[in-house]
Amino acid sequence: MPAAASSEPAPALRMRGIRKSFPGVLALAGVDLDVRRGEVHVLLGENGAGKSTLMKILSGALARDAGTIEIDGRAAALASPRAARDTGIAIIHQELALVPEMTVAENIFLGRAPTRFGLLDQPRMVREASTFLSRLGANIDPNQRVAELSIAQRQLVEIARALSLNARILIMDEPTSALTDRESQRLFATISGLTAQGTAIVYISHRLDEIFAIGDRITVLRDGRNVATQEVRSADRRDLIRLMANRDVDELVTQIPRLHGAARLRVEGLTHGHTLHDVSFSVRSGEIVGFAGLLGAGRTEIARAIFGLEPFDQGTIFVDEKPVVIRSASDAIAAGIGFVTEDRKREGLVLSRSVRDNIALPILRRLARLGIVRRAEEQATAESSVRELNIRTPSVGQLAQNLSGGNQQKIVLAKWLATGARILFLDEPTRGIDVGSKAEIYMLINELAAAGVAIVLMSSDLPEVLALSDRVLVMREGRIAGEFTRADASAERVMACAVGM
Amino acid sequence: MRRIIAGREAGTVLGLIVLCAGLWIATPYFATAANLTNVAEQSAIVGVIAIGMTFVILTGGIDLSVGSLVALVGVVIGSALQRGVPVIVAIALGLLAGIVAGALNGLMITRGPLPPFIATLGMMSVARGAALMLSDGRPISDFPEGLRALATSDVFGLPAPVVLMLVLYLLAYLVLTRTVFGRYMYAIGGNEEATALAGVNVRLWKSVVYAISGLSAGVCAVLLVARLNSAQPIAGIGYELDAIAAVVIGGTSLLGGSGSVIGTLIGALIMSVLRNGLNLLGVSSYLQQVAIGVVIIAAVLIDMALRRRVQRSSL
Repeated sequence: MPAAASSEPAPALRMRGIRKSFPGVLALAGVDLDVRRGEVHVLLGENGAGKSTLMKILSGALARDAGTIEIDGRAAALASPRAARDTGIAIIHQELALVPEMTVAENIFLGRAPTRFGLLDQPRMVREASTFLSRLGANIDPNQRVAELSIAQRQLVEIARALSLNARILIMDEPTSALTDRESQRLFATISGLTAQGTAIVYISHRLDEIFAIGDRITVLRDGRNVATQEVRSADRRDLIRLMANRDVDELVTQIPRLHGAARLRVEGLTHGHTLHDVSFSVRSGEIVGFAGLLGAGRTEIARAIFGLEPFDQGTIFVDEKPVVIRSASDAIAAGIGFVTEDRKREGLVLSRSVRDNIALPILRRLARLGIVRRAEEQATAESSVRELNIRTPSVGQLAQNLSGGNQQKIVLAKWLATGARILFLDEPTRGIDVGSKAEIYMLINELAAAGVAIVLMSSDLPEVLALSDRVLVMREGRIAGEFTRADASAERVMACAVGM
Repeated sequence: MRRIIAGREAGTVLGLIVLCAGLWIATPYFATAANLTNVAEQSAIVGVIAIGMTFVILTGGIDLSVGSLVALVGVVIGSALQRGVPVIVAIALGLLAGIVAGALNGLMITRGPLPPFIATLGMMSVARGAALMLSDGRPISDFPEGLRALATSDVFGLPAPVVLMLVLYLLAYLVLTRTVFGRYMYAIGGNEEATALAGVNVRLWKSVVYAISGLSAGVCAVLLVARLNSAQPIAGIGYELDAIAAVVIGGTSLLGGSGSVIGTLIGALIMSVLRNGLNLLGVSSYLQQVAIGVVIIAAVLIDMALRRRVQRSSL
């Protein structure tokens, strides 16, 4: 890319051909991004599109595999967070990165506190901290410990910290996710002030309303590639949604005709704190019900509550129209519920044990007499699971950690099927799994439904939800915001409902 | 047998064989029946505690209180005998004290929830203090012949403590490999959250594991009291570290989830053969400490290197 024409100054930020891969995943396949001085540049894309990875590279937290970055026309290495900060880049993290045991002022000046004669200049620190906080209209005492603050207040402290760096490029990753409307408006006013002084802002958000309110240009990413860059003024909401979501998984899914029976699971008025509000739904045997929604909309919380992992304030669970009380995982298993968790390695498998041990774990008591495991029966159970689910392993004695992601996920499925679960919650069942194994898992899900299992599919991969589900329920801020039949559900409609249009 | 000492334990067994062969060549006093019997008897004391310690470490925990529990149980037995309680009842009371103290550890760890290091560190001090209070800080001595026979009699030509240790190891081996409880221990140590999600009552089983550790400290106390014909409130100091060393030399991971009780037995034997050999060679007791420390570190380093190779070749 040749230097910009002399009439136009070099952009504040120019990223070219940025590539980054993690073991088994290509996160960024050559992404370009230009941000002008004084511009709010919105980065848009589904979960997993590569936004966060790109921003981690820009803020020095991750090293790129290839590609160039220029700041104000000069090449920048950005080898560490410190180097990025010294270059004038600051990031406001989505996951809060504050030290809870320290005060607000100490957090704002963490690592670069003002000193006098080698000692901390406490009064100056507090004074400057309150200046930045008041610019945000935040009513927070700089001497308070961060642990005592609400999530929204912590978010404001995080923003104040970034402001105090006087950065020329400011990255904001969903900065309003925890803020009230008034606080958000205040933040937007601060953003306008910053851009007027020439600060370039990279803004990540799923909320289309605020994107249209403050954004200048938009870049859409999908699967680690640029899809489009355009002026916000000329952008159309429907186009943006289509650009974000467009992907074909239909070809991976083979439909099996199936009959829906009676309601197997019915949930009434499930409510818990701020995470779940009056969630009611039912799933019939043979039916696949998909839950769509943005990250943090409450999908996983529903599954955890019903499986007895988190208590809930209100609500009743009916299995086969009989109310059941579930206080622990073993209650849920006894009620015929299985839960394929989001995080396979942390919650799904004992990686250091064999395929056989993993499959047998929830049913060991059934496989034992007087506490002694009947090993022939255990072996037979595991071997038939491996056959049925086509788990590719040299033997059932192989350690789970030596199998591929797809085959590991099949072990988790096998485990729950062995318990005789008639209701299966699948939370992000194909995350981090290659395309071939994905197709197999889709096939398996369809087969299970055809065999009469009631399936609740929770996934942030919208095309996957649309391709598999008979009905789609859309979660927004802990509520069911919409319900679509298979015929009605389109990516545009579901996404529009999820973001609250 | 090949399956029992497959893979991981093979290196440890080889280490023991090399050590014995070296001593056999180096000194004529090592390979005598009397000396070998002595070595076996020495290893029985810590060897028994190391069984419970293996269980605890397999679940990803640690038990620092066992040394103090040896003293407490010994004093409980001693003072019961002083009051004229029959030997069998006194032993039962002592073992019960060990189980109760271990179960308390388990409760603190699962219900507190305290980290195992902290809970058992506290219990280490509490139990030592209780032993001193109960005995008024003085040893209790001169017990009936029935108790002393536990240490002095022979079974099938082997000292009774050695036979008891071997029986307990066989039992522990069967528990770990054949029972539901054994599978649960490995699963909890490998991934506690996934195990809980599979409907396993993790809290209960972890508490049971610490109770077993308390029981194995109790059995050790019985052997020690019988052997010394005296119950001492300062007995067992440092036993927890010897037991941990035996477990670690035996190849059990401190992270939990992998290891075996056979490895621990060999680890305990290596420790006592090493001590005995260094004594026979006239090495000063100061230098002995250094040598034992080096062996522990070397054993773990070798084990880690082997494990890395295994992982790489399986990828």
